[in-house]
Amino acid sequence: MLQKTQDATVAVDIENVTKNYGTFTALSRVSLDIRDNEFFTLLGPSGCGKTTLLRSIAGFEEISDGAIRLYGEDIAGLPPHQRPVNTVFQQYALFPHMTVMQNVLFGLQRLRKPKVEAEARCAEVLELVQLSAFAGRYPNQLSGGQQQRVALARALAPKPKLLLLDEPLSALDLKLRQAVRVELKQIQQETGITFIFVTHDQEEALTMSDRIAVMSAGEVQQVGTPREVYEAPRNRFVADFIGETNLLDVSVTSVTGDQALCVLPGGREITCPAAAVVDPGPGHLSVRPERMTLTVPTDALLTGRVENHVYLGTDMQVMVRLEDDEILTLRVQNSEAVVVPTIGAEVGIALEAGAARLLAD
Amino acid sequence: MAGGIASASESAGIYKGRAGLLILPSWLIIGFFLLLPVCMMLIYSFLTKEFRGGVIWEFSLAAYDQFFFNRGLFGDEPPQIEWTYINIFWRSLWQAGLATIFCLVIGFPTAWFIATRVPRHRTIWLLLITIPYWVNLLIRTVSMKFLIRDTGPLNEFLIWLGAIGEPLHLINTNIAVQLGLFYSYLPFMVLPIYASAERYNFSLSEAAADLYAGRWTILRVVILPAVKPGIIAGSILVFVPSLGAFLAPDLLGGAKTFMIGSLIEEQFKGNAGNWPFGAATSMILLSIVMTVLIFYARSQTRREAR
Repeated sequence: MLQKTQDATVAVDIENVTKNYGTFTALSRVSLDIRDNEFFTLLGPSGCGKTTLLRSIAGFEEISDGAIRLYGEDIAGLPPHQRPVNTVFQQYALFPHMTVMQNVLFGLQRLRKPKVEAEARCAEVLELVQLSAFAGRYPNQLSGGQQQRVALARALAPKPKLLLLDEPLSALDLKLRQAVRVELKQIQQETGITFIFVTHDQEEALTMSDRIAVMSAGEVQQVGTPREVYEAPRNRFVADFIGETNLLDVSVTSVTGDQALCVLPGGREITCPAAAVVDPGPGHLSVRPERMTLTVPTDALLTGRVENHVYLGTDMQVMVRLEDDEILTLRVQNSEAVVVPTIGAEVGIALEAGAARLLAD
Repeated sequence: MAGGIASASESAGIYKGRAGLLILPSWLIIGFFLLLPVCMMLIYSFLTKEFRGGVIWEFSLAAYDQFFFNRGLFGDEPPQIEWTYINIFWRSLWQAGLATIFCLVIGFPTAWFIATRVPRHRTIWLLLITIPYWVNLLIRTVSMKFLIRDTGPLNEFLIWLGAIGEPLHLINTNIAVQLGLFYSYLPFMVLPIYASAERYNFSLSEAAADLYAGRWTILRVVILPAVKPGIIAGSILVFVPSLGAFLAPDLLGGAKTFMIGSLIEEQFKGNAGNWPFGAATSMILLSIVMTVLIFYARSQTRREAR
């Protein structure tokens, strides 16, 4: 498992950080512990506060309240140039009048490193991002992907205690983005530097992160490993934002420990894991489309009529209209062995064990 | 820069040929009203002067000789270097240089201030910068004379404040000329720098701060190189007209603050003038300006080819 031990050193301790712009609250009492040598992702839709949080750690935004500690030292009051933290910017922000090498040397020169040492370090990071041959080029002579790697090399060169990445892949095309993901993760592991990565792309977050903080409306909705946030979303926002999901209206009869007994549309009962503190009464059940299978209507947990198919290549999306008119989406593997029922056919739906999860609102 | 993206002219394709016609009117105007007069000046500078203005069509080097050499009152003594005009040139050069530096020192922060306002307010600030230009330069310079004279509002204000006991004698000094030049050409510095500063990507400043650069380092290492084209354009736009200015030195200065512009102007004014000498002086001024500009352009291309 990717899960790290609980007693790992805390690299960044974010405590009750609040940021107001006039009457607008961009961050509302955000608290997070980011561990040493962790690839930590802030994930959320635009306007959720993830970039504001990143910029607060870098020092570009002054927080209204709270504390940001880097290995125990409160850095919230320091200007950006006094924080041992470096950033990879969304549009790279490479200095256009400097060569790749001069860009990478920039931080080392400001730290007054001896010339020989600085140049050796520069060569080292350029090697790491495979750009040694481009040291003499200017940024406008490089492709987008190369510029992105220069930005990474420039930020890594001063050996920061913490590297911040502000949607660094969003300007690249899809193919390149997928390749860079793997590279980025490797570089993080090789250098052992703690990464805080900001993205709105859940796939990026799931593939690279050790842990993810899902954010919405200036608040942290859930923190966990990719598996935890995908398989055990805490609330409707997380379930809906990460991957596709079906939200079923159910009524909760009783909750014992972390298990809940719910009545499904159609009247059948199901026992399923519940996110903490759910009271009996109306509730929402999250079921991932790939965790359900089509069966015969008799004895099935849910029954309905096939409404539509969508062909997706590797998969087939099947929409089923339940008896209470809710529409449920299933993913069926595109295989000779699977017979997809025709539109209008009566079908039953079976849930895999643990597929359904009762959410906190 | 080599290896860049193909320029618009390279990819213009079928429109390329016809675009050449568009520049024709400009060529006609420049040719007729600029190149032709310059050629006439060049020819006049090698002619003999006629006493009531005008020229006699007879080749002569007298104009250039008069500029550089002194052959005594009757022209029969051995030639000595004539310092009068060289001194006037020298004074003009440093007055123009100083005006450029002052305009830069005041103009850069101003342009930066405007460029960092919200877009809606920038237009208002730019309008305010250009408002003095709605009034003719002559009138503005005369007004300046009234403001700074011994009994003018500036001195009266300073005396009222108690900052000075008796009026500052500004009129007819180099300071007055400098003030006039600075005031006349300041917007020519502000506007090009603003154009560069407006396009500045502020995340570059953030990136520099992130990489441990303090405020002054950011200004020196990142901002100044980025707005350099604007600074160069502004410097040329202030330096060149300051060098040939005649209104400010005429109205605000005295005999000791004589500048090239006034010298040339005198040669063509009324009956006392000397057309070939005025033309020769103009040619010498032109060659100085061109030398400076070519030197600048060379250093620029070298830097870019690096």
